Amino acid sequence: MSTVKLTVNGKSVSATVEDRTLLVHLLRENLNLTGTHVGCDTSQCGACIVHIDGKAVKSCTTLVGQIDGANVTTIEGIAKGDQLHPMQAAFRDNHGLQCGYCTPGMIMSAIDIVNRHASDLDEETVRQELEGNICRCTGYHNIVKSVLDAAGRMKVAQAAE
Amino acid sequence: MYETTYHRPASIDEAAALFAKHPEAKYLAGGHTLIPVMKQRLAAPSDVIDLAKIKEMIGIEATSDALIIKAATTYYDITQSAAAKKAIPAIVYLTSVLGDPAVRYRGTIGGSIANNDPAADYPAAVLALGATIKTNTREIKGDDFFQGLFSTALEDNEIITSVSFPIPAKAGYAKMRHPASRFALTGVFVAQTKSGEVRVAATGASQNGVMRVPAIEAALKANWSAGALDGVKISADGLMSDIHGSAEYRANLIKVMAQRAVEAAG
Repeated sequence: MSTVKLTVNGKSVSATVEDRTLLVHLLRENLNLTGTHVGCDTSQCGACIVHIDGKAVKSCTTLVGQIDGANVTTIEGIAKGDQLHPMQAAFRDNHGLQCGYCTPGMIMSAIDIVNRHASDLDEETVRQELEGNICRCTGYHNIVKSVLDAAGRMKVAQAAE
Repeated sequence: MYETTYHRPASIDEAAALFAKHPEAKYLAGGHTLIPVMKQRLAAPSDVIDLAKIKEMIGIEATSDALIIKAATTYYDITQSAAAKKAIPAIVYLTSVLGDPAVRYRGTIGGSIANNDPAADYPAAVLALGATIKTNTREIKGDDFFQGLFSTALEDNEIITSVSFPIPAKAGYAKMRHPASRFALTGVFVAQTKSGEVRVAATGASQNGVMRVPAIEAALKANWSAGALDGVKISADGLMSDIHGSAEYRANLIKVMAQRAVEAAG
């Protein structure tokens, strides 16, 4: 057992857990943040993606010890109160989801993609960058549309801040 | 996953000392091979010793002769490195088509090379460029490093600290990506050294892991062009055959990927 200290969605968290605990299990089972999903559990589908120190990584392939002291953001931490994050709003408006299972991972990846490609985001780049996130419902078309739409909204939101 | 004890040493010496105390330990870098394998219970190290935060193992330097990438440098940092792009753009390209963005944030060059997956990308670059692997105890020539599927010249307790790639006159990489795993169905790295030697390595093809391809080296030595490979025939003997592609298919891919790599190298 070890004690790890993290900041999760802006709050300090301290948990004493077995060393084999994966971040996704800490989030879901200890912190009741069940928005982060376990999809394939083999590091391929991206449903478990969260931000660790601002980078979109797979929480099912991260031991909690590896990120002791880190800043973690999950799907529960991106809205401002009742106001959805622009990426969430764009997914809703563009029908970017069907069953919704992959959506938290998609959104966390997509925010990271927009952050990294502020000015040069086109459809091809979005499709390439989303290859670590698997969706079995949508055929990706509306997901790509959502990300491109959100990229514009995030730019506007940033300019306003 | 079976129980294990996690350690985060601050230095290479501390990591080696921890390994000496725990002989059933494994070193952990990005964790994108070891953790999945531990989850499947195919590996059950008593202890995992995390190398990813050791500062002396992170960074990229270029001299006029070599690009030196420290072992715990992530793929993402390699793709962002202006020094790497200038020194050997083919390495940066190879890194940009490796895994997916979330994998590239965590995976490290040292981890990939130490694991020696038969379809991993870096072994092809190490072999084709004639790189040198530096460890905490010695230097190992790329030619002597890879010893078959998932096996290398490394001792269990040995830590790769950096990889030094000689800067070539020309180099290029091309791969047929497996669309789900993004591993190389076959990938070929071609290089022409500054002294005029041609070295070509293929990954994802042979049953014994990464290999040199003498027939392509000879053809490119005579004439460095994609067209020079038109008549080259690669034998399917000893190549992998699985649901993704037959040995004959891979044999043809070696030629086609080599042609694309030469075109990329210019």
